[in-house]
Amino acid sequence: MSDNGKTGGATRRGFLTGAMAAGAGIAAAGAARAEGDPAITELQPWNQYLGDGVDARPYGYPSEFEKHVKRRNVEWLTADTVSSVNFTPLHELDGIITPNGLCFERHHAGIAEVDPAKHRIMINGLVDTPLVFTMEDLMRFPRENRVYFLECAANSGMEWRGAQLNGCQFTHGMIHNVMYTGVPLRYLLEEAGVKTNGKWVMPEGADASAMTRSIPLEKAMDDCLVAFKMNGEALRPEQGYPVRLVVPGWEGNMWVKWLRRIEVGDQPWHHREETSKYTDLMEDGKARRFTWEMDAKSVITNPSPQAPILHSRGRTVLTGVAWSGRGTIPRVDVTIDGGKNWHQARMDGPSFDKSMHRFYYEFDWDGSPLLLQSRAHDSTGYVQPTKDELRAIRGENSIYHNNGIQTWYVNEQGIAENVEIS
Amino acid sequence: MSKSLNVGVAVAVAGVLTVAYNFADRNVVDIPDNLPRMAELETPPQPAPMGAAMAADAAMPAKFGLGRAATPEEVAAWDIDVRPDGQGLPVGSGSVMEGEEVFVEKCSVCHGVFGEGSGRWPVLTGGTGTLASEDPVKTIESYWPYLSTVYDYIYRAMPFGEAQSLTHDEVYAITAYLLNMSFVVDDDFVLSNENFSEVSLANEENFFPDDRMETEFSVFVREACMTDCKDAVEITARAAVVDVTPDDAAARAAREVAASKGDDGAVQVAAAEETPAAAEAPAADNAELIKAGERVFKKCSACHQVGEGAANRSGPQLNGLMGRTAGGVDGFRYSNAMVDAGNGGLVWSADTLAEFLADPRAYVKGTKMAFRGIDDAGDLAALAAYLGTFNE
Repeated sequence: MSDNGKTGGATRRGFLTGAMAAGAGIAAAGAARAEGDPAITELQPWNQYLGDGVDARPYGYPSEFEKHVKRRNVEWLTADTVSSVNFTPLHELDGIITPNGLCFERHHAGIAEVDPAKHRIMINGLVDTPLVFTMEDLMRFPRENRVYFLECAANSGMEWRGAQLNGCQFTHGMIHNVMYTGVPLRYLLEEAGVKTNGKWVMPEGADASAMTRSIPLEKAMDDCLVAFKMNGEALRPEQGYPVRLVVPGWEGNMWVKWLRRIEVGDQPWHHREETSKYTDLMEDGKARRFTWEMDAKSVITNPSPQAPILHSRGRTVLTGVAWSGRGTIPRVDVTIDGGKNWHQARMDGPSFDKSMHRFYYEFDWDGSPLLLQSRAHDSTGYVQPTKDELRAIRGENSIYHNNGIQTWYVNEQGIAENVEIS
Repeated sequence: MSKSLNVGVAVAVAGVLTVAYNFADRNVVDIPDNLPRMAELETPPQPAPMGAAMAADAAMPAKFGLGRAATPEEVAAWDIDVRPDGQGLPVGSGSVMEGEEVFVEKCSVCHGVFGEGSGRWPVLTGGTGTLASEDPVKTIESYWPYLSTVYDYIYRAMPFGEAQSLTHDEVYAITAYLLNMSFVVDDDFVLSNENFSEVSLANEENFFPDDRMETEFSVFVREACMTDCKDAVEITARAAVVDVTPDDAAARAAREVAASKGDDGAVQVAAAEETPAAAEAPAADNAELIKAGERVFKKCSACHQVGEGAANRSGPQLNGLMGRTAGGVDGFRYSNAMVDAGNGGLVWSADTLAEFLADPRAYVKGTKMAFRGIDDAGDLAALAAYLGTFNE
């Protein structure tokens, strides 16, 4: 590992060379077709020389050619990266599972680096016996494995007043979808014995923001998980290592990371993140609160502004993701003409409750400009609305819970742009 | 999991909810009336494998006998939350005048002396009458429903980067000062746990529980048009015109490839632009100290930036600090005191930085920097080592 820096340098050059070669390869393909494709006729280094041994990458990482696939920040959004958000590169992913290292991050006081040996989980408030659990204690409860999306309530929040950011990473990337392993919160609460007047719970984080939210007991006893694994491995520090709360289908801010305490009470706490923030300001100046469930939503991830169509006219794969905080997504419609005509997309991959779903629409592109939209239907019969329909009800100041239909304009060159249409 | 057991629990909880709501203080408690309906709409949870569920049922005890009782001292140490009804408020008090002093020292660097906010840090006061406008300013004065939220949040999370360092009296005092800046109380007001619940904020009544089930579900649960849904389509807004997207070299390269496509679909070569390689890794023997310094720097990072793209914020950017004349960053508005210190020959080094940070306002009398300083010699050395890495 001592020559890491050197490898990094070579890597970067490798990426550049690779990118150039790929471009050159395609350009040369027409002219040099007679002599044959050099990718075939010429010996490549990896055809000839030995690669790294098994000790070179004890914790694996993506190919050097995927270096550009990363979470990205929008600097002007916040005052400081310590209390900020970055975005999942949805346009680079497929299937329904988000890799752990690409799950968007949102913290309010930076990434807490918690020593699990010094981490405790306390249950207190309106319970028969206030309890303390170590991580070892937690591991002795029965576990469940569930795939859930986590979407920040502010996802697409910059888009209320019109098309703002050019890329689904930025317009829709405050979401990830992973398999959690955890203990039902119900078990911990029952272990302490919730008193009959207990009606709300308040999870609290161990980081320097000591994040708190009020959650109705009904939800806490229903499907919330106290999770310690994501996609099979320990939670990443930026996702709340060693333990976080999972609140399926509800806004991401409630999924308290670095979970250290759960208090049971008879009324909500009205803390900062459920009054000053995460309340939806309506046009008349009044505000909705406790808007927990995430409405059905979808977005086309390819093509999109960061992922233009690179091939010529002909066979084209359009794909995207859809999700609902109220159930599954049995159907997604896609239009390529701005909503004059719609086509039912092909759903592929597992369909889990409150999980991301993957859809595809394969078509022959005739090279003319496209106006792409997707429209999710969830298992309650709710159909994803347009942004105009949402604005008619809520105005433009609500910041949160924008689940309106997204439009991409694709020009003759295949370049895509974030637009709004009539 | 036992289905029948779950249903039993749900019914019992619903009963408790109803009963408790009837007895609760309706001014404070808002039970969204869509809760039961929401439960009806939910699809069944993700199924566990059949065999496993059956086996687990038989072996699942009512309690697992795990964990241990928390001591009253432990609960007291962590149970810091405060509610609108005053539950959780500690004994204490603080005046507007005392609050001003603490606020100017510990809060104003981000929030401004009057709560008006600095840069993109939160504005705390003003904004009254703006909530229905095109540019709503959501502050404690204009938006927050409950004073308890102010107390709770300041105590649990402020000052930014030094959470839970304020005494209860200081938090009462800061809260009183913010009330005064919001025109809620007079200059001579003293806030305490005794009179806390007598203060209410103007916007309390303007919050209502989630009503999407009534206002939106009725509209959006519907049949969807599939063919000939509209005659014409016009583009009405374009992100490229707004132009606020972060630059993305890879995406730009891809766009250039797309743009250079010929009629036959053949692609011309597009050179990918790349950002310069990251700074060289520091020498190994110094690495621990630098790492420690990075941790110490978190105390500074609310106001100062270092590294690639560092910009002036509440404080000047600190790249190339070592050897720089005090007050020497172009475009940053220093205090006269700091400019004078630079003119007087103050140049930043590990030594002068340590002297300054030991007591900033004594070392440069009149500095704008409100930070109270660092006195641990080890921390100072680590910080100097860390900042030194941004000098190349």
